Parts: sequence; structure tokens; C-alpha cells
Amino acid sequence: MSVDKDTVNKIARLSRIAISDAEADKMVGELNGILAWVEQLAEVDCTGVEPMTAVIPNKLRLRDDVVTDGDVRDKVLANAPAKEGSFFGVPKVIE
Amino acid sequence: MSEYRIQGNTGEWEVVIGLEVHAQVTSESKLFSGSSTGFGAEPNSHVSLVDAAMPGMLPVPNRECLRQAVRTGMAINAQINRWSRFDRKNYFYADLPQGYQISQLYHPIVGEGEIEVTLNEKDPDSAVKKIGIERIHVEQDAGKLMHDQHPTMSFVDLNRSGVALMEIVSRPDMRSPQEAGAYVKKLRSILRYVGSCDGNMEQGSMRADVNVSVRKPGGELGTRTETKNVNSIRFMMQAIEYEAQRQVDLIESGGAVVQETRLFDPNKMETRSMRSKEDAHDYRYFPDPDLLPVELDDAFLEECRASLPELPDAKRVRYEAMGLTAYNAAVLTAEAETAFWFEELLAEGVDAKQGSNWLMSELFGALNKLGKTLDESPVNPKQAAELLGLVADGTISGSIAKQVFEIMLETGQGAATIVEEKGLKQTNDTGAIEAEIAKIMAANEDKVTEYRSGKDKLFGFFVGQTMKAMQGKANPQIINDLLKKALG
Amino acid sequence: MTDFSRLGVAAIRDGVANGEFKAVEVAEALNARVAAAKALNAFIVETPEKAIEAAQAVDTDRAAGKPLGKMAGVPIGMKDLFCTEGVQTTAASHILEGFVPTYESTVSANLWKAGAGMLGKLNLDQFAMGSSNETSYFGNVISPWRRNDGGNAPLAPGGSSGGSSSAIAARLCPAATGTDTGGSIRQPAAFVGISGIKPTYGRCSRWGVVAFASSLDQAGPMARDVRDCAIMLEAMAGFDPKDSTSLDLPVPAWEAGLNSDLKGKRIGIPKEYRLDGIDEDIAKMWDNGIAWLKDAGAEIVDISLPHTKYALPAYYIIAPAEASSNLARYDGVRFGLRDLPEGAGLQDMYAATRAAGFGEEVRRRIMIGTYVLSAGFYDAYYTQAQKVRTLIARDFENAWASCDLILAPTAPSAAFGLGEKTSDPLSMYLNDVFAVPASLAGLPAMSVPGGLDKQGLPLGLQIIGKALDEQAVLNAGLAIEQRSGFTAEAGEWW
Repeated sequence: MSVDKDTVNKIARLSRIAISDAEADKMVGELNGILAWVEQLAEVDCTGVEPMTAVIPNKLRLRDDVVTDGDVRDKVLANAPAKEGSFFGVPKVIE
Repeated sequence: MSEYRIQGNTGEWEVVIGLEVHAQVTSESKLFSGSSTGFGAEPNSHVSLVDAAMPGMLPVPNRECLRQAVRTGMAINAQINRWSRFDRKNYFYADLPQGYQISQLYHPIVGEGEIEVTLNEKDPDSAVKKIGIERIHVEQDAGKLMHDQHPTMSFVDLNRSGVALMEIVSRPDMRSPQEAGAYVKKLRSILRYVGSCDGNMEQGSMRADVNVSVRKPGGELGTRTETKNVNSIRFMMQAIEYEAQRQVDLIESGGAVVQETRLFDPNKMETRSMRSKEDAHDYRYFPDPDLLPVELDDAFLEECRASLPELPDAKRVRYEAMGLTAYNAAVLTAEAETAFWFEELLAEGVDAKQGSNWLMSELFGALNKLGKTLDESPVNPKQAAELLGLVADGTISGSIAKQVFEIMLETGQGAATIVEEKGLKQTNDTGAIEAEIAKIMAANEDKVTEYRSGKDKLFGFFVGQTMKAMQGKANPQIINDLLKKALG
Repeated sequence: MTDFSRLGVAAIRDGVANGEFKAVEVAEALNARVAAAKALNAFIVETPEKAIEAAQAVDTDRAAGKPLGKMAGVPIGMKDLFCTEGVQTTAASHILEGFVPTYESTVSANLWKAGAGMLGKLNLDQFAMGSSNETSYFGNVISPWRRNDGGNAPLAPGGSSGGSSSAIAARLCPAATGTDTGGSIRQPAAFVGISGIKPTYGRCSRWGVVAFASSLDQAGPMARDVRDCAIMLEAMAGFDPKDSTSLDLPVPAWEAGLNSDLKGKRIGIPKEYRLDGIDEDIAKMWDNGIAWLKDAGAEIVDISLPHTKYALPAYYIIAPAEASSNLARYDGVRFGLRDLPEGAGLQDMYAATRAAGFGEEVRRRIMIGTYVLSAGFYDAYYTQAQKVRTLIARDFENAWASCDLILAPTAPSAAFGLGEKTSDPLSMYLNDVFAVPASLAGLPAMSVPGGLDKQGLPLGLQIIGKALDEQAVLNAGLAIEQRSGFTAEAGEWW
């Protein structure tokens, strides 16, 4: 599988990364180089092999249902680039 | 069940409906953080660093949220998956701090189940239909955007961000707005019985994404649209009606239905395309590497099962076996609130028939007049049981009971106290009753003659007069017996 | 007067504990060395006051006769991937420039609790993506090492923990934290002639560490000898209920358990790591390592890890896939950079912010990750890579039937010059070929100095152990350290 410039632009959109025309051109070559190389994985016979789920055997722990956190609005908003009162501000969204 | 058809120019159309109901799981804290789920807090106060997706923050799942999903699954006889996983659904939006929603795509915690739905759940003769449930999975809710506080900005509040939702996905088994309405009502009733969701649609703790398509009856499935976030049963039914008609008109005028996301506008009673959400969605689901698979053991499942209450269908059958009419049994079990109230009444030792009749006529009538719900009833089951006990043991008559109940509603006093204070106790004093009967017969000689010459109906007149003279406090059975003797 | 820059973790800890010198003296001396070594660009932020504050607390505790922690009085460098409360944390990215966490990562908190102090936040490859420290927004880190050809071409300190490796090799600090996703502790340690251990996945909490690839990221210590690594790992590790992948196990007493007698231990030599065209010096160092371990009493066995060649391609699917999602939170809404072009809407703001905030390599990896997860490609790439990962882990499981530890080179080359590999991302990726398999299998792995190459640059030997068997890894590292006679140091040219 190889990517063309349209695909690169589509991936950039999905990734929410603005990309110039020149960057897209450059990226086509780079991505194709990397993808061609990772595609050697296809030669591995994985019949009956489960994808890895936990790298070290471990069990998911479940938390008790108690309120132990929150009420830290100042901490939550401390680094906001556009703090509006008690809110984060973003450019107006039209739904 | 219902033959709902849309009449088009080219003939009849059938509507196919599937619902994805998002139900907020009843829990104290969020799905992956220890923040409160409390409603109506100050903006961004029920938010932890995890909910705000600060760098390096990690999710830790809440046992109760999984437990409630499993119990809900058990209540709809669904397959419970002992092994499930959380996946990330990746997309960018200002109400989604992580840039992904932790959800379950590939391995949901609950698999196939079904719900039995009757079009009118209070009508025992109404036809029954099974609606398939494809799955229930657990996921995070998003935050909230406010658009009306600033001319050029939207404001983000993350209080809801990370609250646990169950997404309950039905099969496309419904064929009319009424069926869809009945399905959501039944589902809400089950959730409330189980206690896994409060079912409060106004507060947004239950909302539905409505998938609608149309086809010629029995034909191939048409292209569906998804109307998002409908938050009342009435709106949902209106949205289906509008959307089905729109699709029929579109197809018949030579157009084609586009698979898209739509929004219902309750003011205009129409759905419209949500173009802002249209740009190339590719959610890139993959297993969340911050979490391990969810593995449920026997003890966990056992506790979930053991803690399930009796569910509406089973309860209705049992009530009927206790001698309640099918109608009463259906009404009393339709809503968890009513059933639980009635159960408490029974637990106080009230006879089932007496209790159900009283609840459905006296209590419902009074609440109706007061404009209150059962939850807000000024009289609780224990107080009601005291009143009904006084009737059952002959202390007061049924008609006095009505008076006493009125006073209870007004003053909040106990039934026994009222009866005592107002001297409403029923009398078995045969001498006093006989004296009144003698007076009444003397004053109504003509009627006595008429009765004796065969006009049996007049017996009721004498009972009424005697009871009135006794100020309602005489034992009706004794009045009957004494009158029969005196009138001969 | 003691040259505190020559003391390691154990020496400082013991010296402070025994009253030979004050913790504050050490902190002052190292603060001065950090301040004088700007040419290395090892630190993004220097925090001399933090180092002094921690040292004073230790001196006060000692004077009061209170028990001292495992790292009491030891000033260290903190890789700038660990969130530190009140101190800027950037992951070496413009997108986090100016971000001041309101919280402290579990690992750093553990270290401060143990009495360590912070000299500053160490430079790294941006979001830990890189093998040479050339992707930092805050500039390249320079290795203190120079080739013996008389030239002064600046060399890469390795990556991503390049600030850590450079600072330790230049004796600016006795030890530093690192994180290892696909070799980011071991490769830089090898490049500058120091030691570093990536413990078993789950030993060190990931809470508060800026995430790169969650299923691979693991913190660990870097220091100038094996004992110091053992001490610091003890202080860093431990169960953390805030990290769902954290291992709920007690922390072993690794330092007390150090023992270089390897009698009864079998060391596996994987034939697949002997690549065609392997560097002569690397091959020689590997042979020396085998001889040293044999001398320590170990038995040497040949083993096979048949899926080794697929580890790197699998890694370059899994790590970017996880990263593409982990880095979605850098969107200019709640923290960090926001680039809002005139009249831009929300989605435009995202695209502008992320284009301006992420460096080229980060953007590249996000794009790869997005692509391999996208509709139609997920199974062919991601699922297949996770299956191959299962096979790689199984290779190790099978190997443990015939050996207890594995010995291999850490990297296929010595440090390369800055700029030598930046034009071809693939050639850079290939430098992690020996490091990545242990990462994919979550196994403990350590790099210790194994000698110098012809150009006078350090080379590293890698020891891979069974899950949770850090002790055996450290012991084998100690056995090599005692026999290699590695004492070379970088000249102080800066």
C-alpha cells in the first residue's frame, strides 16, 4: 500500500495538523518509505496468534465508587490559553 | 403489532427504526476518575486533572459503573461478556479533552439481549413485541459547550466530561413512532427497576440517537439517517414521524436519502442536517493502551445477579397470581416508582387487593389533584398502611377512611391519631343503632309500608339514613343486620 | 576538598549519612557545574533552588536524627517528560512551552520523598521521539564525548534521554531519570559510557509522565554505575493505584541483592542479533562481554529469537499509533500553545496549533499512527503488528527455557555525529534495532559500558532479563562492570 498526496492531505486533516503543499510532497516520500518498510510484517504467518493485550500478565483493577477528586478548578484552569471566567474559551462553534 | 404506514404517491411505505439510547449510569464518581457526577455544579468544579486530560493523566475504571452495566444486561437477559475491553474512539472536539472517547467497540461488556414491549403497557390486552438489543457498552460522556455567553467564543465546561454512560443499542426492530416510544418507556422502566440509571430525560441522563429509514413494506432496507441526542420520548416520536415523511417525500421526488447525522429542532418540529459534524469521520478505534482487558469473575457476576430486583414482567405475573386484576397489575408494575411504593405497602402487611385498589383510586386521585408525583406524596407507605389497617380491622368504615385520608394529606397527622381526636371510631353499639332505626322508621312510616309490600330497593335508603344518623361511624354490617330484623 | 562531581549516588548518600559532608555542599557544587555547562544544552530549565531546598531538608533531618531516605542528599536531573509541580514541563516541545503542571508525577514524587533534589529539567527528543536528541524544540543536546581523530564534530548523546546521558557523562549530576519506549534509556547510556536500566513494564508508574506510547513507556534510572542504578530504581519504582498498568508488587531490595557471582546462570546469545555486516568493534565488545560473564561463573548458550527482524517494523506501527492518539490532547484548548489565525474556527485552530507546536518528527509519527489506524488499514497494520508482538514475546518465553538472561549489544553503532542521520528517518529508526524487542515484550533490560570503539567512543552491552527479574539483570551488569575496566571519560572541553 502506498500513499499519494491526497491521502497525505487526508491524514493531515484527520490528525488536525495544517500542512503546506511542499510539506505534503515531502511527506509522500517519507511515509511511503516507512510504510514499505513496515509492510514486511505481512510475511509473518500469524495464523491463530492473538494480538497482544497486556505486555506483562496483570489484571485490571477496579476502583471503588467514591468521590476522591475534583473541586480543583483553579488547577484545571491554571494553564488555559484562553480562560473565560470559570470556563475554557474556544472560537465560537456553530452546531 | 402496529401497522404504521406512510401513504406516499407511489404507495405505502414502512418505517424502520433502531435506537441507540445513552443512559447515564447511576454512580457517585466518574467512569475513570474520582470526580463527582453531581448535577448542576459550578462550571469546571467536578473536574479532575484526569477529566481535563492533563499531560500524563491516566484512567482507572470505576467498579460500580461496570457492575451497573452488567446488572442492566442481566435484566434484559443479555449475554454478559466476561472478557471485554475499552477502546479509544478518536476525534477532535472542544468538549472532548482527551481527543478520544474511551468506549467499547470491539468487545462490549454486554452482548445480545431483548426487551418485550407492549404498545400500551397499561393495557393487558395490548400486543407484545420483542425488540432485540444488539449490545450495551460503557463509555465516557463528553463535556458541554455553551454558545450564548460570548459573541465570538464558545465556553467549555467539563463537569460532565468522563461521567459513565451505557450505550444501549437496539436492533432495527421498531416499525412505528409508537413502538419506539413504548420501547424507550419500557427500557427506562427496567433501568429504574435495576437502579442503573435514573431515566431522567430532562436532565439529560437518558437520550437517544434515532436511526430511521423507510422502505416498501417487506423490501430491502433503505439508507438510514441518525438523529442525534433526542431528549424526550415525545420529541423522539415527532422526529421519527418527520424524518420518515421527509425521506418518503425525498425518494418519491426522485432524490436519495444521504446517510448523515441530523439534529431535531423541537420548536420547528423538524430534523436538519448537522453539517458541522460531517467532515470525514474516521474514528480510528483501537484498544486503549492505558487499560487492561476487563475480566469479570464468578463472584462479581454472582453479586450482580443476586442484587437484581424482581423485574416488571415477573412482578406483574406475581401480582396477578395474588388476585389483582390484570389492569391493576399492569399499572402497578409499569413504573418502578409505583411498584416499589406498592411493595412497601405490602411489606407493612396490607392486603394486596385492598392496597392496590386504594393506591390506584384514592392515592393516585389525590396526587393528581395536588399535581404531585408518587415520589412527592405527602403520605408514605407506612402511613397509608396504618390507615388501611384501621379499615381492615373494622375500626373505621371505608367512607370514614376517605375523610381521614383527606386530613392526613392536609395535616400530615397519623390515621390513628386523627380517628382518635375526631372520634371517628366505628361503633358496634347495637342499642344506639337500634334506637336510631326506630326513630327513622317512625318518621318514614310510608316507606316502611312500601318496603314491606315488596319494594326491596328502599333497603338502601334505610341504610343511608341510619349511617347518616350515626355520623358514618356505625359498622355497616351491623346496620344491615339490625335493619333486616326491624323491617322484617 | 572533595570533588563532588566525581561521587556517585551511593557515595553521596553515604557521605551525607555519615556526616562526611553536607547535602547542601553537594547541591551547590553540582548547581555550579550545571550552570557552567550550557554548551551541552542538557537542561531546558535549571532549578538550583530546588536542589538546595531538598539538600537543606536532608541536612536538617540528619541533624535532628531523623531517618534518611534512599536517595537522601543526592541531586539529580529530571527528564523533562516527568511533570513537576510548579516547574515548567515541556516534553521538549513548543506545544507545551510555558506549561507549569499543578501536579507531580508519581516517579518524581517518589524520588523527592527518598530525599533526592532536582538540579533541573533535562532536555530530550521531542515527546521522547528520537534516537539522537535532535528533535527537541529547545535545541540539540551535545554529547561530552569527542572522537579521537582530533576533530571536534559534535556527537549525539543518543535519545530520547539525551539530556540525561549527556549530563551524567559530563558529571553534572550523578544520576538522572530516563524513560524508555524503544531504547530511550539504553541507547543514550551506551552512547556516553554510562549505565541505565529499563525495568519490567509496570514497575514504575506512568502517572504524570507525558505519554508517548502507553504500552511501551517505562521510566528507569541512568547513572555512572550499576549500584547507583539499583539504588535509584528502588526509589523510583512501586505500585501506583493511579496507573491501571502498574504492577501491584513490593519493590525488591535490589541494592542489597547485588551479587556478581553468576554461577548457575545461563546467558543466552541470540544468533539473530549478529546482523550481517555487524560493526567489527561491536562484535568484539560482544565477545568480550561473553568472556566476562563466563569468567563470572555463567554458562553461555546459543539461543534463537526468530522474530527479531520484525520487532522494529512492529514497533514503528504500534508506537506511532498510540502516540497519534496520546498526543490528541495537545489542542490549544486547556493548556499549552494556542495558534488562532485571524477568523479561524475551532478545527482550524487545532490544525494551526498542532502544526506550529509539534516538531517535524512528532508530526511525522502522528501522521503514520493516524494512517495505520484509519479505516481499511487497521487490521493490516495495527492488528498484524500486535500479533507479531505476541510472537516476539513468545520468542523470549521460549528462550527462557534454556537461559536466564540474554546478552547482546545495546546499539549497532557508537554515537554518530549530529546531523548525520536526520535526513533519513529510517536510518535513524534502525539504530534501535537491538533495543526494541525487549520493549515490545515489556522485559527488564540494561545497558552497561562494554568498551571503546576505534574512534575512542563508548559502546554498550545490553542484558535482557525475565519479567520482574531486574535483580539478575543488575547482577550481570555488575559482573561486566567489574571486569570491563571501563574508566574512560569525556574530556571537559565545554
